[in-house]
Parts: sequence; structure tokens; C-alpha cells
Amino acid sequence: MTINEIQEEIIEEFAAFDEWMDKYSYLIEIGNDLEGFKDEWRLEQNLIEGCQSKVWVHAELQDDKIIYSADSDAIITKGIIALLIRVLSGRTPDEILNSELNFVEEIGLKDHLSPTRSNGLLAMMKQMRLYAVAFKAKLG
Amino acid sequence: MAINIEQIRADFPILQETVYGKPLVYLDNAATTHKPQQVIDAVSEVYLKYNSNIHRGVHHLSNVCTQAHEEARIKVQQFINAQHSHEVIFTRGTTESINLLASSFADTFLNAGDEILVSQLEHHSNIVPWQLLEKKKGVVLKYIPINQAGELILDNLDELINNKTKLVAVAHISNALGTVNPIKTIINHAHNKNIPVMIDGAQAVQHVKVDVQELDCDFYVFSGHKLYAPTGIGILYGKEEWLNKLEPYHGGGEMIKTVSFEGTTFNELPFKFEAGTPDFSGSVGLGAAIDYVNNIGIDAIAQYEHELLNYATQRLSTIPNIRFFGTAAEKASVISFLIGEIHPFDIGTMLDKMGIAIRTGHHCAQPLMQYYNIPGTLRASFAIYNTKEEIDKLTEATERVAQLFG
Ligand SMILES: Cc1ncc(COP(=O)(O)O)c(C=O)c1O
Repeated sequence: MTINEIQEEIIEEFAAFDEWMDKYSYLIEIGNDLEGFKDEWRLEQNLIEGCQSKVWVHAELQDDKIIYSADSDAIITKGIIALLIRVLSGRTPDEILNSELNFVEEIGLKDHLSPTRSNGLLAMMKQMRLYAVAFKAKLG
Repeated sequence: MAINIEQIRADFPILQETVYGKPLVYLDNAATTHKPQQVIDAVSEVYLKYNSNIHRGVHHLSNVCTQAHEEARIKVQQFINAQHSHEVIFTRGTTESINLLASSFADTFLNAGDEILVSQLEHHSNIVPWQLLEKKKGVVLKYIPINQAGELILDNLDELINNKTKLVAVAHISNALGTVNPIKTIINHAHNKNIPVMIDGAQAVQHVKVDVQELDCDFYVFSGHKLYAPTGIGILYGKEEWLNKLEPYHGGGEMIKTVSFEGTTFNELPFKFEAGTPDFSGSVGLGAAIDYVNNIGIDAIAQYEHELLNYATQRLSTIPNIRFFGTAAEKASVISFLIGEIHPFDIGTMLDKMGIAIRTGHHCAQPLMQYYNIPGTLRASFAIYNTKEEIDKLTEATERVAQLFG
């Protein structure tokens, strides 16, 4: 599936929720399920300190694809991280850099990515792109 | 002295607003309070009827405006029972008041090795200005520790206030916990050693009667916006003898007597500390807010808010796994809590969706959060317009939300 196809899939999943409460329950569920962030990555240099919640991001190359891992101390933030990882992880740097992420807006969570939220998510998305730029340069 | 809560709520137009289609339940009053129509009208009237620069015009409007600004100063003087109106300096708020004091006090009185004493529960704005002096002047910042209940531990006060101490600066009431600090005791201890005391009253003037002469504090600071007044206006009260000893903070118009390139002589109090055109619509708004509070009566306010505090403590206690932070014997209407290990941001986000505005995070008191070893708390803080029904809503919503995080 392409990045856009996954975005479509997520938008469809969220369309099934009539109530904001169901939407957030789902975010909490996938936030709780998000695993794979190793303790050795929990470093100062991977930390994005929002005013409200903390986010850690790690990225590495597997062949020509970037594998992102991330974690947060707040579950709702973690739920949104899980969605971002689902969309962007396992992609080539070019795919990531050429993508337009519209799903967050479409599922009504744009609020969480506004600079005023200070939950670290916006900075995390920037960080994910920066990794893509860096790995692209490395791959040549 | 019963409070007419319907009448009071009707005075605050913003309370009619809805959030995500739900009635607003505003419990973030320690951050800022809403403004009654009386304050909004007073500010509008400045611009509608007599806006003009003050203290410098020969013309009518300038005189009217100057008079309104100076009347507001007198209202503040009476509100905190200062001896003179020129002991009341208008600033932009608590933060500016503390920075002014830190800067001017340091110029004359501070040298390397001197100590400033604060407490462990201070707001950042009563920590950072002093820390800047650590860098600039080699001043040393010490603090009065707290216990688990969030009360200051005064056992070692006589060591903490020693012959190196030059100033004691503590909050009257903690913004994060609601603790009412024993400032009278601290002031007495400091004065026994001839050390001046500044009280940060940002969380106090809206909740309790403040009498600076009775307290005998040397400086007292607060913000208008937490007292139903506009943002951008605040107060530095200082005893005349102290203010006269301090150097000016900012230079500019209004604060001078004569200026030549050979030198400048400074104006008298309070103008010496009020460089530039002051926020005269803000001061008039603050005056109107003080009238508003006086009309209800600060004692009646204190009593009503205490009822709310007790009711909220009792109601919230029924939520499984709730952990309160700040259980001091004497408290103002602030409740800080967590539910189990759930991150405050998670619960705050969900409550927001339900129209309930509370504060989450470290409340600009990170040293305090470090003491409790938590990332932050959920904080509900009550004002004169809050109701028990709103506390019921908070309780029910928090309980419902907490279940989701299981
Ligand atoms: C105890 C205390 N001090 C200082 C401040 C800073 O006030 P302002 O931001 O109005 O300058 C606050 C505001 O939250 C406070 O609660």
C-alpha cells in the first residue's frame, strides 16, 4: 500500500466513529498497544520535550527504508504517534519527503498538531522529515 | 453575607459561551479569571469617552484620563491597605513586578555571595529573576523546603535566614497546590534580622483579605488578570522607605524630573518606576475590578470559595485512585490531583472535549513537580462564579474519563 492508501484506510476507520469519545477510546487503545521502543533509545538526543507531554523518536535504515520508533508518556499522544508510524514507517526517504499528510486533519485531530498544543507531536513530525532528509543524503 | 451566585454569573458574559457545543465549565481561574461586564465597560469607557495620554497634557481629556488612572492607584492602595498611594507602582503584572524588584534591588544591595531566600513551591517567575542574578552578580539562591502535604517546613528558618540573606521572596499562596503560606511568621523572622521580605500575592488578592501594613511586608506583588481585571496590568507595592532606596528600573519618559546630556534627575515615587506611557485603560479596569470585588466583599468571597473547595475535595475523593497534591491545613480554592498513573495531559484532553477547562502540566513550578517526582498535575481552581454543579460535572467527567484509561 502507498502512503496515500494507508491514509485513506485510516480516514475510513475513523469515519465509523460517530462520537468523539469512541475516537479517543480508539486512540487510547492503539496508544496502549504501541510497542517496540527500546530503552536504549530513551536518550536526551531523541527526546522532544513538549510543555505537556514528552515524545521520543528513533529512526534507522533497513535497506533503503526508514523504520521509525517512538514513544510518549501520554497515551493520547502515543495513539497519534502510532498512526504516524503506521503511515510513515517502512518507507523510503523519497516516499516520506514527497508525502502530504492530510489524514490527521481529515480525522479531526489537527488540533493536536497545532503549535499551541505543545505536546511534542508537531516537532516529532518535523523530526521524522529531518531523518528522511538525512538518510536520503546518506543513501546518495 | 450570602453570595447571589446567579447574579454574579450574569455579570460574566463569557460564562454563556459553549465549547464543542457544551456549556463552558471554567475551572482554570488560577491561570486567569474572566472579566465582569463592569470591568469591560470601564475599559470601553476609557476609549469611548476620555482616552488621552496622562500626566502631560494641558487639555481636558488628558486631565480626566490622568484622574481616572490616579483614582485607580488609590483604589489599589485602599484594597491592600497601603499607607500611601505612591507606594503603589503600576507594572504589567507579577512577573514584571518581580523582575523590577530583582533588578533594582540587585543594583544597590546585592554582591557576590549574598543570599536570596525563596521557597520550594514558587512559580517560575519568583525563581528565574533571582537565578539570573546568580549569573550576573554571583548571588546564591536558597529555598525553604516543603513537606509531603505541600507546607513550608519552617524548622530551619533561622539558619535559612542568616547574615548573608539580603531578601526573602515567597508566595502568599501556591498556584500549583493552593497552600496558604505562613508569611506572617516568615516576615517576623526576617525582620528580626532586618531583612526585607517580598510577597508574591498573584494567587492571594482574589481569595483573601490582604493588608500590607498588618503583614508588614516590604514588597507585595500581584497581577490584575487573576483578580477579574484586564491582562497587562499589575502591581508592585513597596514601603516608601524601600522604594526610595532603589534605583529606577526602566528609563524613559514620565520617570524623570529633568534630562540633559550631562545627567538626569529622577521623578518622585511612584513615577520613578513607571517609565513610558502606562497602561491607563488597564489601571482603570483594575480599579473597576477592585470595586466589583469590594461590592461582593472579599470575606464573602473567601467563605464561598472555601465551600467550593471543601465540596470539591469531598466529591473528587470518591474517584478511585485519585491522588491529591497539596493537602495543607490552610488552603485556597485550588485542587491539584492525578488519577493513578494516568498522564495529566490525557485526562485534560478528554475533559476539554467535554467543555471542562482545567489546567494540566507543571504549572510553572517545575521544582515542585520534581519534589513530588511527577510530570505535572491536573489542577482545578475556583473563582467567585463557580458552582457546586460545575464541581459535580468535573467529578463525573473525570471518573468517566479515567475508566477509559483503565
Ligand atoms: C504565584 C504566581 N506568581 C507569579 C505568577 C505570574 O503572573 P503573571 O504571569 O501574571 O506575571 C503567577 C501566575 O500564574 C502565579 O500564580
